[in-house]
Amino acid sequence: MTELELPPIDYAAIAPILIMLSAAVVGVLVEAFVPRRLRHPVQLPLALLAVLAALTMVVVNADKRVITIGVIAVDGPTLFLQGAILALSAVALLLLGERVVERGGAFVAQAAVTADSPEDRRQAENAGGAGEVYPLTTFAIGGMLIFVSANDLLTMFIALEVFSLPLYLLCALARRRRLLSQEAAMKYFLLGAYASAFFLFGLALIYGFTAGLGDRVAGVDFATVNAAVANSTASPVLLFAGMALVAIGLLFKAAAAPFHVWTPDVYQGAPTPLTGFMAACTKVAAFGALLRVFHVAFEGARWDFTPVLGAVAVLTMLVGALFAVTQTDIKRLLAYSSIANAGYLLVGVLAPGSGGLSGTMFYLVAYGFTVLAAFAVVTLVRDADGEATHLSRWAGLGRRSPVYAAVFTFVLLAFAGIPMTSGFTSKFAVFGPALDGGQVWLVIAGVLTSMVLAFPYLRVVVLMWLSEPGDATPTVAVPGGLTSAALVIGVLATLVLGVAPDPLLDLASSAADFVR
Amino acid sequence: MSDFPFLSVLTVAPLVGAVVVAFLPRSRPTLAKQVALGWSLLVLALSVVMWVTFQVGGDRFQFRESYPWIPNWGVNFTFAADGIALVMLMLIAVLVPLVILASWHDAEASKRSVPVYFALLLVLECTMIGVFAAADVFLFYVFFEVMLVPMYFLIGSYGGHQRQYAAVKFFLYSLVGGLFMLAAVIGLWVVGGKTFDWVALSQVDISTGAERWLFLGFFVAFAIKAPFFPFHTWLPDAGGAAPAGAAALLVGVLDKVGTFGILRYCLPLFPDAAQWFAPWALALAVIGIIYAALLAVGQNDLKRLVSYTSIAHFGFIGVGIFAFTTQAGTGAVLYMVNHGLATGLLFLVVGMLIARRGSALVSDFGGAGKLVPVLAGVLFFAGLASLALPGTAPFVSEFLVLIGTFTVNKPVAVIATLGIILAAAYVLWMVQRTTQGTLNPALTEIDGMKRDLNLREKVVVAPLIALIVVLGFYPKPVTDVINPAIQATMQDVGRTDPAPSVDTVQEASR
Repeated sequence: MTELELPPIDYAAIAPILIMLSAAVVGVLVEAFVPRRLRHPVQLPLALLAVLAALTMVVVNADKRVITIGVIAVDGPTLFLQGAILALSAVALLLLGERVVERGGAFVAQAAVTADSPEDRRQAENAGGAGEVYPLTTFAIGGMLIFVSANDLLTMFIALEVFSLPLYLLCALARRRRLLSQEAAMKYFLLGAYASAFFLFGLALIYGFTAGLGDRVAGVDFATVNAAVANSTASPVLLFAGMALVAIGLLFKAAAAPFHVWTPDVYQGAPTPLTGFMAACTKVAAFGALLRVFHVAFEGARWDFTPVLGAVAVLTMLVGALFAVTQTDIKRLLAYSSIANAGYLLVGVLAPGSGGLSGTMFYLVAYGFTVLAAFAVVTLVRDADGEATHLSRWAGLGRRSPVYAAVFTFVLLAFAGIPMTSGFTSKFAVFGPALDGGQVWLVIAGVLTSMVLAFPYLRVVVLMWLSEPGDATPTVAVPGGLTSAALVIGVLATLVLGVAPDPLLDLASSAADFVR
Repeated sequence: MSDFPFLSVLTVAPLVGAVVVAFLPRSRPTLAKQVALGWSLLVLALSVVMWVTFQVGGDRFQFRESYPWIPNWGVNFTFAADGIALVMLMLIAVLVPLVILASWHDAEASKRSVPVYFALLLVLECTMIGVFAAADVFLFYVFFEVMLVPMYFLIGSYGGHQRQYAAVKFFLYSLVGGLFMLAAVIGLWVVGGKTFDWVALSQVDISTGAERWLFLGFFVAFAIKAPFFPFHTWLPDAGGAAPAGAAALLVGVLDKVGTFGILRYCLPLFPDAAQWFAPWALALAVIGIIYAALLAVGQNDLKRLVSYTSIAHFGFIGVGIFAFTTQAGTGAVLYMVNHGLATGLLFLVVGMLIARRGSALVSDFGGAGKLVPVLAGVLFFAGLASLALPGTAPFVSEFLVLIGTFTVNKPVAVIATLGIILAAAYVLWMVQRTTQGTLNPALTEIDGMKRDLNLREKVVVAPLIALIVVLGFYPKPVTDVINPAIQATMQDVGRTDPAPSVDTVQEASR
């Protein structure tokens, strides 16, 4: 019997992942052994510290370009996207940890209590929030870090599950509107499970396809897949079917049409801080994986997948823009806006070369901060029954709370792509390389849908400023320090990336090269 | 002194002023007004110095400054002004203090923050100056879009009847045009070798197909902004709903960005496409002249009426631009200035009339001249200037446009001349129904109608009247500045003026 040979492990390279996963395990232990009233004060700093430590390790690794254990690729895009996920997570954690705006935070203490029962109402009023939120979030962040650095499809699949399962759970933990929250979690879980199954099936087909390589062992690591795309003797049907199924799994997470149907319901039902976390970080993770899969593994089939993904991009932009017009709930409106933004991001994914890659990465960061600021404001506009998300309730908000209305207006103008905001520079960052690569039709579709999309944003601005406040206009809660910090960071990032995007563009373009 | 960074300082100064004004306490509105007025006067003073420093007959672009902004995309803060930009900058600098003075009490009526109103006016001035001073296509686009935001809030928050509808329509129309332009800007960046510098881009050879698409992208944005028929429907709504001062800036300056953009970007950057599309553009312009004039005749709302007259005037400017002769081009630019003065005055006077009567409907007036003779006289003068009576400045420009066009395109010139007759109809009829004729008895019961122009209002109208008369008799200082810029633009397009027919007479006599 031969000795099992362990592959050498570059621990520094995977340190961010290890830090996040260990912090999550420690978080579980804290939940088990620390007295209830101390859990929140311990958990939040623990999670934040872990994120900051991981971020530090990412910075330390800045020049690293290795594939370790054969399954984790640490290269420019990985480090950039891991940094993005961690930075956005830090802001999202501030929102998740807010306990001042609502007593006990946005999360319910015991999710298993029957919705709308007297007990449920009692705990909605004054019970402390669940502390499991933090380890779950930390697990999700760890999964995302693996997801964007996975160098084979199997690791990618495992990472997908690691970061998805905590999110399904977290969706069900909203303190108010329990039924909506539970429905959202159920829907997300079921559809997510289907998407994972598609991904797994595609993975199997790709594995079969790589078996056609004469001189090489079959496998699902990206180098092998890349070689197989060029040289495999197996039927290309396997490749195309496998590629399509893997893409479906990833596009589901990215909220691209026609795999977007979960997005509005989940965004609406999930606790708002978590919605912000998903809109910012899940997007980075999903698009990071899409970039790696299509730029590294399937690069050789670019001519085959571009028309299909292009059609998906156009459909996504159209669906997001058109449905956003008809929405009456601010969270659903932002959900459709996030779908449309997935379309713009796909334009960047399809732009060939490093320009498209760096543009997409820039877009992910810029959009993440803006969307976190948007959901931070949503958590603040509330009445006695919690957040007032119906748009009619926002009428005249500009009179009641001019500062928050101004902040939200700025965020909406950024979404609409008005210059001097990051929304404009990020659109330029993806449309420029796309046009450069000859994808004129995608850019035209992007511009046309931006016109449509401007209308719903503007409608909210009109509601807030130009309508008179009614009796139903809620007041804006005074935010605690955490939400204020998150809001300030989000708005500042939106402004700075709009006015002086150059440093981040430099960083993105210097990072825009995959190890293969 | 010519090394002084005039253009960047002029752009930034109003913004600083706006921040100062916005943070003044809401309880002291008068202080905010005074600071805003003082600040805009400072800008005016600086502009005058710049005008004096400008070397007529010197380089085409002067006061050039360039600072790196986004090196990754080749974006620079590049400012430079040619003669066309210079006269427009001067127009802005003159109009803004007058508008601030004229809007002294406008913001109180809206129950909204007074300092914010004046801060918005200053922000608007910053973006307007920036858009004319930019010599980097990206920078121009940035100002072009950001300009919408202060105007949107001026109309939406401080406007009159139907202000929400008008503000949204204005914003969406402009944004749609802007996004077409964005696509064209990115396209230009790609074919032009990743630079946004105007000078570099004007020397790039572009394939015919790409050039036509890019031209269209820019042209649609400018045609919406100007506005040309059939993209004009937002202007009467916006002009009708905006407070009079903002409307004067909207029509007097903001819309000129469209015609200025055509002259600065569409013609020199895409000369062949400009010539190819010229017949279409001329057709739109001529239709605009006649159609808008006819609609103006039928209007019952004073501000909408003035808005429609502007659309007709923009038709004249369009004809002047696309005739491709130096005379017509100079006439068009001069028209942009004169129209700013004349229509600005008309809007401000109409605003004073409306503020007194509390209604913008022509039918609510009648014989007002008997109650407020000076105001009625100024309205009459503004109307005459607007219909281009000889002796007023607009006459010079309209005449230049028509003779410049006649030498190359007789049918267009002849049809456009019909517009003058219609102009007489809508102006004179409006004046007759509001200030002449028998006194509407309802007017005597309104207190406001018993007060004629006060000192503040006289100070507002006097400089405009003086400028209109002086430029009507002696336009040379302005035309001298415009002429070289227009000649250079025509050279870019590759058109030379037709040889004067006098030559052939001399030939024959030899």
